[in-house]
Amino acid sequence: MLSMIVRRLIVAVPSLIGVVIVTFLLTRALPGDPAAYFAGPAATKEAIEQIRVRLGLDKSLAQQFVLYVGDLARGDLGVSLTTGQTVVTEIENRLPASAELTLLGLVVSMAIAIPLGILAATRPGSIVDHACRVIATAGVSLPVFFTGLILVYVFYYLLGWAPAPLGRLNVFFSAPPQVTGFYLIDSLIAGDGGVFIASLSQLFLPALTLGIFSLAPIARMTRASMLAVLSSDFVRTARASGLSPMTVIVTYAFRNAMLPVITTLGMVFSFLLGANVLVEKVFAWPGIGSYAVEALIASDFAPVQGFVLTMAVLYVALNLLIDVLYGLIDPRVRLES
Amino acid sequence: MTVPALAVENLSVEFRTRSGIVRALENVSFAVDKGETVALVGESGSGKSVTAYAVMGILDAAGRVTAGRAMLGGLDLLAATPQQLADVRGREISMIFQNPRTALNPIRAVGRQIADVLIRHGNVTRAEAPARAVDLLRTVGITDPARRAKAYPFEMSGGMCQRVMIAIALAARPSLLIADEPTTGLDVTTQAVIMDLINELAAEIGMATIFITHDLALAGQRARRIVVMHAGHVVENAPTRELFRHPRHPYTAELIAATPDSAASLDDLASIPGTLPDLRRTDLPPCRYSERCPRKIATCDQPLPAAALGSPHVVACWNPLT
Amino acid sequence: MIAMLRHARYVVGENPVTGLAVGLFVLIVVAAVFGPALVPIDPLASDTVAALKPPSAAHWFGTDQLGRDIFSRVVVATRLDFTIAVASVVLVFAVGGFAGIAAGFFGGWLDRVVGRIADTIMAFPLFVLAMGIVAALGNTVTNIVIATAIVNFPLYVRVARAEANVRRDAGFVEAARLSGNGDLRIVGCQVLPNVFPIMVVQMSLTMGYAILNAAGLSFIGLGVRPPTPEWGIMVAEGSGFMVSGEWWIAFFPGAALMIAVFCFNLLGDGLRDIVDPRRRT
Repeated sequence: MLSMIVRRLIVAVPSLIGVVIVTFLLTRALPGDPAAYFAGPAATKEAIEQIRVRLGLDKSLAQQFVLYVGDLARGDLGVSLTTGQTVVTEIENRLPASAELTLLGLVVSMAIAIPLGILAATRPGSIVDHACRVIATAGVSLPVFFTGLILVYVFYYLLGWAPAPLGRLNVFFSAPPQVTGFYLIDSLIAGDGGVFIASLSQLFLPALTLGIFSLAPIARMTRASMLAVLSSDFVRTARASGLSPMTVIVTYAFRNAMLPVITTLGMVFSFLLGANVLVEKVFAWPGIGSYAVEALIASDFAPVQGFVLTMAVLYVALNLLIDVLYGLIDPRVRLES
Repeated sequence: MTVPALAVENLSVEFRTRSGIVRALENVSFAVDKGETVALVGESGSGKSVTAYAVMGILDAAGRVTAGRAMLGGLDLLAATPQQLADVRGREISMIFQNPRTALNPIRAVGRQIADVLIRHGNVTRAEAPARAVDLLRTVGITDPARRAKAYPFEMSGGMCQRVMIAIALAARPSLLIADEPTTGLDVTTQAVIMDLINELAAEIGMATIFITHDLALAGQRARRIVVMHAGHVVENAPTRELFRHPRHPYTAELIAATPDSAASLDDLASIPGTLPDLRRTDLPPCRYSERCPRKIATCDQPLPAAALGSPHVVACWNPLT
Repeated sequence: MIAMLRHARYVVGENPVTGLAVGLFVLIVVAAVFGPALVPIDPLASDTVAALKPPSAAHWFGTDQLGRDIFSRVVVATRLDFTIAVASVVLVFAVGGFAGIAAGFFGGWLDRVVGRIADTIMAFPLFVLAMGIVAALGNTVTNIVIATAIVNFPLYVRVARAEANVRRDAGFVEAARLSGNGDLRIVGCQVLPNVFPIMVVQMSLTMGYAILNAAGLSFIGLGVRPPTPEWGIMVAEGSGFMVSGEWWIAFFPGAALMIAVFCFNLLGDGLRDIVDPRRRT
């Protein structure tokens, strides 16, 4: 098991190297004078020169790359022009907000998609089956920001069930003391039920939006995978041995069917991390997505580069986690010698 | 007359496909006595496996039993409720399949797969099951069973996987085992070993066996009685020696002539003329062999004579060999 | 060719949904090409008196905060969104397709380099990478096209490479080689025509994604600048008004987006059924 993890880690290294190189190239691909862009529209000539020297733009590309990597190793992602804070600090502060939202969205999505896919596969041709297929086709066509806006209109404006889409907490509440940065967890740790309910109600719509968005590929893959597994030889053996239908479907069919679904999760995360940005804009969510968007509008480039790098590293780490999870379930991957 | 372990009566099965209805089985009848080994023999596509799947109730979704009974003791398997079927399968009647490695759950240790069946049928508690599973592995001849119980199918050879399947099938000591081409795909030595194992265990617990194969020679070695099938019909049903000495159905005779054995030379090997009829046809003749049969006479267009029940040598033919 | 057309008619006949998709596609193309000439009201004309009016006979989709007619804007925006999608897909097909074919056909270091590039791109969440590229290259529509093409590059490379690999060792290629044809000629005349149908299916499916990508980028302020009518930016302009009940400003461009993407996905599925019946959904 351990050797498998180590092997996956080693495979992840070239990806990380590639990510660092690409983000480096992006900083140098800025049109015009990169130093001017990093210094901002209001900078003086001296300030621009300072930035140029600091960024090493007067040196060769190779030397610049070494400097860049050195900065990264020290955790220096630059400084934001608009806030004056270092990019690393800001990202650290805002990451939990995005993580909480994305994770909850994924949980919602899987909680709907997986049972739907299983039911569709065990009852082919039924209403559930057709519903699953329609949802799978329609789901990939819905722009995520559109879904979010429709939900706001219906649940906030028309029905008044959801609170105003103004961020993580209503103005009447204050954030719980920071332990993990996840308001849901921290409020429970602090024993503050009011804040818990308040955070949950703010999380409801954006998480639902992300959930609806990632529903389709998961439902489709679950259905297809279950269908394939249910007609496989070993399920036939399980039935022929008289095992109870519950055992056959859950212990024999489902576990095997989940393997391709777990692989699909990698792709789903790629979409989710992108959709996160759009959802944060719709719901004024103070995560790293909106951080990057605000910086973009202000032509403040350091945060954007930091954002891209952070997301890419996160994505590589998530893929690694998925591989490990897959290995936990499938011994063939674990035990290959 | 003692009650047979399994009595299949007038079984008919059809499959709905895009290109029409396939009349896969028509009026299939045969019986297996307690402790008897019967071989179900025929070409690919003759309906041997379909018969087994129909009896076990694991037909493909497109398949439907249109007529007949399959009496296992007093229970008609074809009319049983899903609950009754689930109780009986694995406990009274078991099946082992071709391709043992794909027939086992690839991500579950073999010991646990055996334990699952033990817990379900064998009045064995969850705590006792793993140890009992190891015992079963030893019974089917797997060395170092305690270690092997934790192994996965992909770590085992084809022969070992088949032994595991046998262990699963025999875990609850059923009264009837259906073995669907259990040795196809295994090497010859392993074939013999597996067949010996099945016969041994069957004798030990007094279990009847239906042995499905396309290999008439193998059937001749292992079965006491042979049921010959062609295109979804039973064409002949006789004790083995009798069948080889005095085959009465023209198809059986052709099959015997086409079966290589060490004495015959390649020149003597015949091939059976013609091919299986397309079972989607609505104009199938009553005798599905008649279109390829060299002994066809005018009467062959009539529905086949009813099988004489209780007769030891049954043949479905208007013009049998004497 | 005739056989394929006949098969196409059979598939469309058997599955009316594909026929619907084709119909929608034609509608979109017509709107894109003739839209600006046919709309009743100038999409850029603002009329502050008539601002924020709900859908009515005068303004079928209502008016926005500057009094502009939303129906006209939605129809005119079709051209821009469609052009962006087509341009991205053609670009990625040209670059990714050829890179993939070359990698699959010639193998060796070319294969490895192309593979590395594709892997590196795939290490990023795709929309995030598109954001980064547009931010780095500059906030223009051309750069949206480039970013979308780059982000889809790995997918096209993979499909093209797989097909080229299969056909590299195929009989007819061997025959061509034996009769003296050079490699380039083989690629052009033998491999390409066989790879093309699969790629066309992929292109249709990617069109939907390309539109969503472009709209998403515009939604966060990248690429398209107001007052240009484009579906994504129109949804962005209308998003602030959802909370106060003026739903039509964001709804109609969003619905147009959804219908267009849905149409391309269905079309792609239908094309896939025509090209390879084994892979029917």
